[in-house]
Amino acid sequence: MLLIQIFLVALFVLAMVKAGLRWRAGDLSVQGLLYWIVFWLAAAVVVIKPDATFYFAHLLGIGRGADLVVYLALVLLFFLVFRLMTTVERQKKEITELTRTMALKDKHTGFDI
Amino acid sequence: MFFAVVPAFNEERNIGRVVRDLFQHGCERVIVVDDGSTDQTAATAGDAGAVVLRHLINRGQGAALETGDRFALASGAEAVVHFDADGQFNPADIALARELMREKDLDVVLGSRFLDRRSQIPFLKRRLILPVGRLVNYFFTGLLLSDAHNGFRLLTKNALAKIKITQDGMAHNSEIVAQIKKYGLKYAECPVEVTYVEYGQGLTGGLKIIRDLFLAKFLK
Repeated sequence: MLLIQIFLVALFVLAMVKAGLRWRAGDLSVQGLLYWIVFWLAAAVVVIKPDATFYFAHLLGIGRGADLVVYLALVLLFFLVFRLMTTVERQKKEITELTRTMALKDKHTGFDI
Repeated sequence: MFFAVVPAFNEERNIGRVVRDLFQHGCERVIVVDDGSTDQTAATAGDAGAVVLRHLINRGQGAALETGDRFALASGAEAVVHFDADGQFNPADIALARELMREKDLDVVLGSRFLDRRSQIPFLKRRLILPVGRLVNYFFTGLLLSDAHNGFRLLTKNALAKIKITQDGMAHNSEIVAQIKKYGLKYAECPVEVTYVEYGQGLTGGLKIIRDLFLAKFLK
């Protein structure tokens, strides 16, 4: 095994332990925990046996397994950024609404400031 | 009652004069929405007799206008004028706009700098930014106006009840125009004079408006 493989797999195991701790603390649902475990296990398989991706890549008509991984990672990143953007926009609107409600509740008339 | 809604951010130098001018030009109540100013804007506006609503943090001109509009509507306004706090508009234009509104039984009157030759518009604005802004507005709203992003507008109670500003930044102008079309409100443009004390929206400001409008298309 290459050094980078050992290092990466160790990192993935750590990520799974972290997910498990978050689940125990109640910050993560069972579904979320399973999702992360499957995700990191798959990542570990790809790292230990890079040829594993070849089968799926071929199925989709992509030449190399490594390419498939890059494509998937890009799609996932785009999706996550989009979700993040919607969340930020929604929070901005909520902050505005909160600020507005406070302004309307606490109005100053005439000379009383 | 006729209200003025004035969004203000760090305008302590101009806000007092603007509020007094508005009272002198037929506004029965002046609402100043202090959008998180760090100077004496709120106190100065209050001293001049305005009702001051304070945003504790800066949320943008669109957000401030919506706060003022809601207050005006809840306080029994028959109509409001949106007026800038930096003193760039001429308060004498309000009477003309109200006259037009009455005469033609309109819901909305929008100010335009291009209907007469009083406004001394900086070259780049006149030749590039405003014509492009006008087309961008048309693309997003479906109404082709003679001016783009002019903050002077009169709205009746009916229009206020329908129009909801969700664009916190400067894109609220296009949003308002889009809602005029959506709700079939009766509108007209009237000439207004703008004196350029500050440059206002430059190229980057314009690009930010386009970005906000695009985002809104995707996120709603």
